[in-house]
Order: sequence, then structure tokens, then C-alpha cells
Amino acid sequence: MLEFLQNNLLMIYILTFAVFTGMEVISKVPTVLHTPLMSGANAISGVVIIGAILLIRQAQPDDYLVLILGFLGISLAMINVVGGYAVTDRMLDMFKKKKKS
Amino acid sequence: MWNLSIEYIYLISIILFIIGLKKLGHPETARKGNLIAAAGMGLAIIVTLFTPLEGASNNYLWVVAGMLVGSAIGFVAAKKVLMTKMPEMVSLFNGLGGACSMLIAIVELNNMGPEASLGNAQGLTTIFALFIGSISFTGSIIAYGKLDGFLRDTLVLPAPQFINTGLLLVIIAYSGYLMTLPVVDFNLTLILLALSLVYGVTFVTPIGGGDMPVVISLLNSFTGLGAAGAGLIYDNKVMVVGGILVGASGTILTILMCKAMNRSLINVVIGGFGSSAKAVG
Repeated sequence: MLEFLQNNLLMIYILTFAVFTGMEVISKVPTVLHTPLMSGANAISGVVIIGAILLIRQAQPDDYLVLILGFLGISLAMINVVGGYAVTDRMLDMFKKKKKS
Repeated sequence: MWNLSIEYIYLISIILFIIGLKKLGHPETARKGNLIAAAGMGLAIIVTLFTPLEGASNNYLWVVAGMLVGSAIGFVAAKKVLMTKMPEMVSLFNGLGGACSMLIAIVELNNMGPEASLGNAQGLTTIFALFIGSISFTGSIIAYGKLDGFLRDTLVLPAPQFINTGLLLVIIAYSGYLMTLPVVDFNLTLILLALSLVYGVTFVTPIGGGDMPVVISLLNSFTGLGAAGAGLIYDNKVMVVGGILVGASGTILTILMCKAMNRSLINVVIGGFGSSAKAVG
């Protein structure tokens, strides 16, 4: 464990700064934007798809268990990514129109 | 050279995520912010597709098929969903992201082979990704069900706090036990998977329907943490930073949402059924 902490010092720094950045980025958000912001952040959490892509690319071509699980993983994460951004866009579109009228 | 460029393109993705999130918080720039964040994601995905991996067989057919299927389903679902059903949709999407972390962790545990030990940092991050991804998955499905109405709001467990705390302690103890074993059988980790999936259900079930948006936001930050955990497995910075960003900003957003309802987060999470009755009345 100590070895891990020593070898990954930079990653631990990055983690710490990412936590503070994430907390600072969201401050004083008007209540109407809570749901779109949640949806937008949700789409970003679809970044896990990158892991699924790396997983499949490194799998043996005849390892069907991994390939099928990886395929499922990519599909599910892609639904999260594409659906997430599209739904957020629709919500914000509606919000803009409502403001104008 | 190309490998170095990849790291820098990932950095651009991360910057786009941060700018996107920032802009999403202001009414005039929100829509642009969403597009900026989406561009960051697109960039990260494309780069990952072409990252040179030593001795990898790539299996691009599977990758592209998964991406096409997922994009089609996600796009159609997002376009067809009724405006009033948006929070449900977000919850469902979020659960799928959690499921992806869970699947990655399962495959990685399976790949470790029969002689592996989990008593190291790699084991800990994989267990973490499995646990948090599973909670996010089943929890989001329950939240979706409650909002959509196919799960009754009156569905409560007897003494939910007791069950939840007990189950969480069992999961922590069992994870600790797995990490002390010199050799871990893959089947033993499936027990952890089952426990985590059940915990997701018992965690969300006692919370009233009116509080669901707060819970979805909380589960969303869990998914972010799950993505970060999976990112640590692959030592992938865009996953780690992107996941942590969502985890941190999601937590702040959850607290803001609670404040808007004049409640505390603890009150929402352990308030259980009584709180939902109060909200109605």
C-alpha cells in the first residue's frame, strides 16, 4: 500500500485537485438549472465507456465472455453518453423557449 | 510521439469537461456548456479508439457494434421521452453508466486469473468500482421505477436504516476478507457483486418519491466515482479526472438540491418513508 502511494503520487495530486475543481465549478446554480446540470454531469460520467473500449481492444479475439460483456458495457455507456447529452440539450432548449415567451 | 499527443488530447477533453460544467451552471450559457462537454467526450472516445495498444487484437468490430447500438438506443430514447419524464430518463441513463463500471470490474476480476490476490491497490480499486457501479445500477433502476410509478412509493422495508447499515458493514467486512485471501476464487467476488446489487435496492427503496431527484443526483455522483475507480484500473487520466469531477460536482449539486427543498442530505437519505409523507402533506 505504501509503495502504491509512493508510485502514484502524481495521480493522488490529480485526484485531489479534481475534487476541488469539481466542487468549485458548481456554485450558485439557479434552481431551474438543477435538473439539466444533473443530466449534463450524468452524461460526463459516461466517460467510463473509455474503460470498456480499452477492455474490448485488449481482449483475446476468441474470448467470447469478455467480448460479450465488453460489448454490453460499451452499449450501456454509449446510451448514457449519447442519451445524456441529447436529453440535456432538449431540456435546455425548452428552457430557452420558455424564457422568451 | 503519438502516445504523448494522446495524453495531451485527453487533457483537452478534461478542460472541455470543466468549461462545459461551468457553463452549464449559468442560464445563458447552459446549452453551449452541454455541447462543449459533449465535444470533450467525443474527443476522448475517438482518441481511445486509435490509441496504440501493444499486442492488442483490437476487436474493432465489437467496439463499433457496441457504439452503434448504444448510440441508436440512447438517441431515440432521448428524442422520444416526454418532457415530464425527463428525471426518470436521467436516472435510467445513470444506472446504465453504473452498470458499465460494474461490468468492467467483473471482467477485470475474471481476468486476474485463479492465482491472483486482491490484497493490493489494483484489487482495492476493482472492488470499489464493482461496489459503487452495482449500487448506482440497481439504485437508479429503483429510482426510475418509483418516479415512473411502476414501483409503489409505499414499498418500504422494515427498519430500513438497520438493514442498510448492517448490509454496508457486511459488504465492507467481506471486501476486507477478500483482500486478505492469498488466492481469490472468481466466484467469491460474485458474492460481493450480489451483495452490492442488493444494497443499491435497499438504499433507495425507503426514500420517498418526492425526494427522488436528490437521490438521482447522489447516484449520479456515485457513477462518477465508479468511472474514476475503473479509470484507476487502466491508469487512464481522463476517466479518473472526469469521474472525480462528476463525483465532486454531483455531491455539491445534491447538497444544493437539498437546500432548495429546505432539507439536509442526511435527512433525505435516512428520512425514509416518513419524510415522503411529510412532503406530501
